[in-house]
Amino acid sequence: MAQARLDRREQVTGWTFVAPALILLGLFMIYPIVWSLWMSFQVGKGMNLSFGGFANIMRLTKDPVFLRALGNTFTFFIVQVPIMIVLALLFAVALNDSTLKFRGLFRTAIFLPCVTSLIAYSTVFKSMFATDGIINEALMAVHLIGAPIGWFSDPFWAKVAIILAITWRWTGYNMIFYLAALQNIDRSIYEAARIDGVPAWARFRYLTIPMLKPVILFTTVISTIGTLQLFDEVYNFTAGNGGPSDSTITLSLYIYNLTFKFMPSFGYSATVSWVIVVVVGILSFMQFLIARDRRRSS
Amino acid sequence: MTSTTMAENTGSAATKVGVATSAAPFRLIRRGLVYLLLSIAAFISVFPFYWMIVGATNLSADVIRGKATLGGALFTNAATFFAQVDAPRIFFNSAFIAVVATALTLVISSLAGYGFEMFRSRVRERIFGLLLLLLSIPFAAMMVPLFVMFSQAKLVNTYVAVILPTVASIFIIFYFRQATKAFPTELRDAAKIDGLKEWQIFVFVYLPVMRSTYAAATIIVFMANWNNYLWPLIVLQTAENKTITLILSALTSAYTPDYGMILFGTVLATLPTLIIFFLLQRRFVEGMLGAVK
Repeated sequence: MAQARLDRREQVTGWTFVAPALILLGLFMIYPIVWSLWMSFQVGKGMNLSFGGFANIMRLTKDPVFLRALGNTFTFFIVQVPIMIVLALLFAVALNDSTLKFRGLFRTAIFLPCVTSLIAYSTVFKSMFATDGIINEALMAVHLIGAPIGWFSDPFWAKVAIILAITWRWTGYNMIFYLAALQNIDRSIYEAARIDGVPAWARFRYLTIPMLKPVILFTTVISTIGTLQLFDEVYNFTAGNGGPSDSTITLSLYIYNLTFKFMPSFGYSATVSWVIVVVVGILSFMQFLIARDRRRSS
Repeated sequence: MTSTTMAENTGSAATKVGVATSAAPFRLIRRGLVYLLLSIAAFISVFPFYWMIVGATNLSADVIRGKATLGGALFTNAATFFAQVDAPRIFFNSAFIAVVATALTLVISSLAGYGFEMFRSRVRERIFGLLLLLLSIPFAAMMVPLFVMFSQAKLVNTYVAVILPTVASIFIIFYFRQATKAFPTELRDAAKIDGLKEWQIFVFVYLPVMRSTYAAATIIVFMANWNNYLWPLIVLQTAENKTITLILSALTSAYTPDYGMILFGTVLATLPTLIIFFLLQRRFVEGMLGAVK
């Protein structure tokens, strides 16, 4: 396609088509990103900023709320992403069986949570997690717990509630990616393996997983970015404070508070936001390395 | 979706062979477990929707006491909601922002996707590569300067401030570029021979051919804008300019939230996306999957 070199007029046309997008991206994305990188080395309150070198980075290491937020964000990420990916894979493999009855119904049901806005679903969950609410009642009815759990007053259970809610919202979304990928796998490979007597779990482990690896990697990276940016649910669950006592505060929520709630310190909040950029970069890179390594060894 | 039906056919043929083998009882148990697992998952997925609807008919005290049956307080909740929230104004805000942002995003991003794919040059390929890298930079890293920019331009608390930063979407540009790869170049060549200008080709040839791509993109972008929270929360500051998402969150943050009324509002706010979902289910899923194929 279009191998012939573009003539001058076509060059101009090409630029005309992409120009509106590039101008907007430059103004509302690239310029703010560069500016925030510059800001992250500035200290001061409000717009009275001066160059502070590495002062903000030093402040990070001594800021208990930042360390709390970083720790919480990692907890959400390390616990939630694997649970969700495994569940999504499990559902996708189960639903990929074409002899299954009601599979359209199951698929629609499990996907349905993706339709809700983050605020809508976290509002619904907040009402379900009330101390005398339906969740505690159900758990007590089946004798899993003896007394109601204070989902929003206990630092541990508050995290659990948020993890449960996010998993509810996003599992079906990831499942759809796996279902789409599974349908592209050539079925004759499975038939050959079955005829050779390879058991089901081994087919899953040595055929399905390796073939889905690119999609798994893709969804893991997307979920990583999503979890590190976690904001809406926590803000809505905790009325904006990340409580009880900062036990659910995330990096994005802390940036918001630094900028818009306390006396604004733009420089320092920009530094915290670049922590997210760096962490996302490192984690995505690591996930690529792991995926490549596995390919080599298998 | 011809690939699905094909897969189904080969699949059922395959299991007929499989059922004939000896491991039938074991298969039956496994089959039962699969149904059990999927039923539990489906129940958990759907229950909060049921809860939301039932909650809208109950008083707040009943909602937080875990009452899961229909109540008689629907009209009370509706009355409280409409008394506390200027609903026509708020829903107008949400709809206006979502519709305008979606229209602008589709125009600007599809133009760019077409441009990047049809007129390849080394410089533009480099720029495109850079854009893909930028995809992984979180919004948090630009929100502070963005806010400062809009407050310096005295545009805080306007629709413009909510809409403008979202309309050039790298993801949607990428989506359109991927889709354009399937656009038959012969059509463009023929149109050129007929003497059509490039913009005419785009409007009269490309647009009609790609309408399903536009449909899927409309769903993604509309949903994203209707549900957007963080940026509107920052730039929309007075009550009469807020979107339904912001209002719901504010109501939920009250010291003793009136859940019956809030869940009534949540049902209203979720309805548009639910309707789109059930009308366009297949498109919807394609849209969510985006350019990953």
